[in-house]
Amino acid sequence: MAETMTFADKYDITIGIECHVQLATATKLFSGADNDARDKAPNSVVSPIDFGLPGMLPVLNREAVNLAIKAGKALNSEIARVSRFDRKHYFYPDLPKGYQTTQMYNPIILGGFVDAPLEDGSMVHVRLHHAHMEEDAGKLTHYSDYSLVDLNRAGTPLIEIVSEPDIHSTVAAKAYATELYRLMTYAGVTLGDLYHGNMRFDVNVSIAPKGATELGTRAEVKNLNSFKSVERAAEYEFNRQAALLEKGERIVQETRGWDEAKQKTTSQRSKEDAQDYRYMPDADIPPIVLTEEEIIEIQSTLPNLPSFYREAWKPLGLDSTVINALLASKQLAQGIQAIYESAGESSARRNAQWFVSAVGPDDTESAVKAITYLPERFVELAAMVDTNELSSTAAKTIFSELLTGAKSARAVAEDKNLLQVSDDGAIAVIVDEVLADPASAQAVKDLKDGNDKVIGFLVGQVMKKSQGKANPELAQKLIRERVQ
Amino acid sequence: MSKIADFIGKSARQNVVDALKRAKENEQYHALLNLTEERALERADAVDRGEITGRLAGVPFVVKDNFLAYGAPTTAASKILENFNAPLQATAVEKLEAEGAICIGKANLDAFAHGGSTENSAFGPSLNAYDKTRVAGGSSGGSAVVTALDIVPFALGSDTGGSIREPASFNGVVGIKPTYGTVSRYGVVAMASSTDVIGSFTTNVADGELVMDIIAGLDRKDMTTLPDFFKPIDTAKKGQKIGLIKEFMTDGVDDEVLARTNEYVEKLRAAGHTVEEVSLPIVAHTLAMYYIIVPAELSSNLARYDGIRYGHRAEGVKTLAELYGRSRDEGFVTENKRRIMIGSYVLSSGFFDAYYLQAQKARTLLINDLNKLFETYDVLMGPTVPTPAFKLGENTGDPIKMYLADIMTVPASLAGIPALSVPAGKSASGLPIGVQLMAPRRSDAQLFALARSMEEA
Repeated sequence: MAETMTFADKYDITIGIECHVQLATATKLFSGADNDARDKAPNSVVSPIDFGLPGMLPVLNREAVNLAIKAGKALNSEIARVSRFDRKHYFYPDLPKGYQTTQMYNPIILGGFVDAPLEDGSMVHVRLHHAHMEEDAGKLTHYSDYSLVDLNRAGTPLIEIVSEPDIHSTVAAKAYATELYRLMTYAGVTLGDLYHGNMRFDVNVSIAPKGATELGTRAEVKNLNSFKSVERAAEYEFNRQAALLEKGERIVQETRGWDEAKQKTTSQRSKEDAQDYRYMPDADIPPIVLTEEEIIEIQSTLPNLPSFYREAWKPLGLDSTVINALLASKQLAQGIQAIYESAGESSARRNAQWFVSAVGPDDTESAVKAITYLPERFVELAAMVDTNELSSTAAKTIFSELLTGAKSARAVAEDKNLLQVSDDGAIAVIVDEVLADPASAQAVKDLKDGNDKVIGFLVGQVMKKSQGKANPELAQKLIRERVQ
Repeated sequence: MSKIADFIGKSARQNVVDALKRAKENEQYHALLNLTEERALERADAVDRGEITGRLAGVPFVVKDNFLAYGAPTTAASKILENFNAPLQATAVEKLEAEGAICIGKANLDAFAHGGSTENSAFGPSLNAYDKTRVAGGSSGGSAVVTALDIVPFALGSDTGGSIREPASFNGVVGIKPTYGTVSRYGVVAMASSTDVIGSFTTNVADGELVMDIIAGLDRKDMTTLPDFFKPIDTAKKGQKIGLIKEFMTDGVDDEVLARTNEYVEKLRAAGHTVEEVSLPIVAHTLAMYYIIVPAELSSNLARYDGIRYGHRAEGVKTLAELYGRSRDEGFVTENKRRIMIGSYVLSSGFFDAYYLQAQKARTLLINDLNKLFETYDVLMGPTVPTPAFKLGENTGDPIKMYLADIMTVPASLAGIPALSVPAGKSASGLPIGVQLMAPRRSDAQLFALARSMEEA
C-alpha cells in the first residue's frame, strides 16, 4: 500500500477506453438470424450468411443503423452523412468469412464526448474519437485436443466507441464505463446484459512521470465486462507499469487479458505479433447515406438520458450518491420522474430516498416492476407521510411491503395498524395517561421549570404507548397545553 | 431465330432426355462437370403434369458451376468445394425455375472463375466447340461450349472481367454482361464483388433478352442490385452514333479479328448508323487497375474457404495454421493462389494506398472518360478479344499473356456498364470471332435491341 502511494505521487496515469456495445436489434447485422444468442443451443441461430456459405451476401439491418444514430445522439456526436463498411481480414475459426465486416475508414459516429459523474459530484469530461458499427465473431470452446465453434454470436451488431486518452484516474475510468452503460441503456441502444457481454471494455493504460509531456507506452487490457474490472485492471496496470519503470525496465506495447479470479492482467500478445488486417472497402454493402431529416427524425425518438434526470431533479436537492444510485437503472429513473411529474417534489424526493435505501445494486428487478406497474401506491405512501397519517418509520415498513406485494399503501398501513392517530380526543387520553404516570413526574416537573428538552421524552412516551401511531406534533401540542 | 422457342410447348421430359443425350454425346468437350439428371427429369415430369408453368416451361439450360444449384455439387471447378452440395439456390436459378426452365447440368469453368480459358479448372479444361485443340475461353468456358454445341438453348455464366464475353467470342455465341447490379449475385460464388455480374449465353440476342428479362431485378438478398429497370424493347433506336475504340484496332490485334470487326462496322453503317473512330487512351492502364482491384477483392472473398465449416479439409494436420495452410494449398489451383497472393499484397499495410487506392482512383478516371464518350455516342465498340481462340497450353506458362486476352473486356467490367459479345463471322480456319458492343449504365435494353437488329441485317 505504501508503495502504491509512492507510485501515485511519482506517476500520472492516462487511460483510453474502447467499448463494444451489442445493439438491441431483433436480428443480426447482416442476416435475418435471431440476434439473441443467450441460452440458445450452439449454432442454432446462424443463417447461411453468418455461416459464410459460398455466394452469400450481407444485407444491412436498418434497425442497427438507427440504433447507431441514436447512440450518436447520446454520445453528443456527429452522424456521418456517408459512412461505409470495410473488411478486416484474419483467419480464426470463430470468423466464418475470414474477415470481420467493420467500419475502418468512414465510421458512422464522429467525435462527441461523455461527461461522467464521480462520487464527489464532479464530472470527468471524456472526448470520443469516433464510434463505428461492426459485427461480432463467434465463440470457441477449447478442449484437451480439439475446439468447438459456436457461431450463434457471429454477425451480432456492435458499435465500438473509441475514447480519446482523456481519463487520468482509475476511478474516472470506472465512472466513464458506468456512464457509457447508462447512456447506451437509456438510449435503448443495448439491452445492457453485462453478464452476457452486451458491453465489453478494452482499456488502454499508460503511465508517465508526473509532469512529463509525452505519454508512456501503453498496454491494452481486453475484454473487461464489468465496471469494477475496468477500475481494477487499470489499477493493476498502473502498479505493474510503475514497478517496471522503477526497476528501470521498459513497458512493452502489448495486449493483455484480465484474470478475474487472480485480479491481475496477463500478457497475450505483443505489438510485434500484430497482424496485418488488410483492410479494404466492402463492395457488397453500398454506403449508408443519411439526410439531415432522417437523422433528426430517428434521434427525436431518443428516450431521456441520465443528464436529463440530473437536470430535472435539481429542485429535489438529492445527494449525488442517491441520484447515481437511481440512475443505475433506467426504469427506476423513469419511475421516479413519473412520480415527480404526477405528484410533485415531496413525493419524488421521498420515493427517491426510499428506493435507493431499500434497493441493492444487484436487486432492482422487483423495485423496477413495482414502480413501473403500480406507481400510484408509492405516490399514496408519500402523501400519507406528508399529511401526517404515517410516521417516516412506519412509511419505511410499508414501502418494503409495497415492493413485494400488490396491496395499496393504505391497506398495508391498516393491516399493520400503522396509521398515525391525529384525533385530538384519542391522543389526549394517552397524553393524560402519560402525564399521570409516576415515571413521568420528574420530566413534568423539569418542563414546568423551563427545561424544554424533556418534552422529547414525554412525546416519546406518548408514541410508545400509542405503538407509534400518535401524531408526534399533536402530542407535543397537547402536552404543552397541559403542562404550563 | 429463337432457339428457346423450339423447346416450348414440347414434352418437357423429351426436351430434357434429348438435352442429356446431347450432353453425353459431347462429353469429350468436357463442358459439363456434373449432370443434374435425376432432378431435371423430376422437374420435367412436373412440367408435363402442368404443376410448373411459365415462360420457359420445359426448356433445358445449364449453369456455370459457381452458381449454387440443386441436383449436383457446386464445385466452382475447385477441389476445395469438390463435394459441396448447396443447401439453397442462386436467385437467378430460382427465377428461371419459377418460369419452368430445367437445369440439366453444371458447366466447367476456371476454378473460382480465375482465368480466361478453363485451363485453370481443377478438373481439366473444356475444349473449343469449333476446334478441340483450342481453348473454350473462360472463365465461363463450359457454358459457352454447351450453347455453341446446341446441347441447351441457353446457359448462365458470370462475368468479372470478360468471363462471359471472351468465351462467347471464342465459341461463336452471344454473351451478355448486363449493367452491374442488374441481376442478383445471391448464391453465386463470389469472385470480385465490385465487378461480378450474372449473364447469359445464347445463340441469338432475342433469347438472351428473354433470359435477362427473367433473371434481372431488384433482390433484397443482394444490396447491390438496382431497382428494376430492364425491359426488352422491340426496335432499336434509328441512326445511332457508335464509337469504334481505336486503341482496340491496333496492329497488335489479329488481322482477321480486325477484318471481321470492320465488316461489322460496315453493316452498322449500312443499317443507317454512324460509326466513328474514338480514342480512349486510358484503356492502356485498365489491365493494371483490374489486376489490382480484382485480386484484392477475390483474396477477401476466398478467405472463407478455410476447411473449418465445409469443403476440403486437409488430413493429419497438427495445428490450426497447418489446417488452414494445407487445406487451402490442396484446395486451390495455382492461379487461385497467384491471385490471392497479389490481392493480399496490394492490401497489405503500407501498400494499400499505393496500389489499391491508386487503382480505384484510376478506375474513376476510366468511368469519367467513358461517360464523356457516352455524351456523344450511344454505343462504343471494338473486338471482344484480340485473337480467336488460342491453342490449349499456349498461354498457360505465361500469366501476363493470358491476362492480355482480357484487355478489351475489362473496361466495361470496371465501369459497370453493359456489354455484349456477338458473333461477327469466322477466321479463315473456321474459328469464331466476336465483336463487343458497350453502352451506358442501364441502357442494356437499347444495346441488346441494336445487336438484335444487326443479326437481322
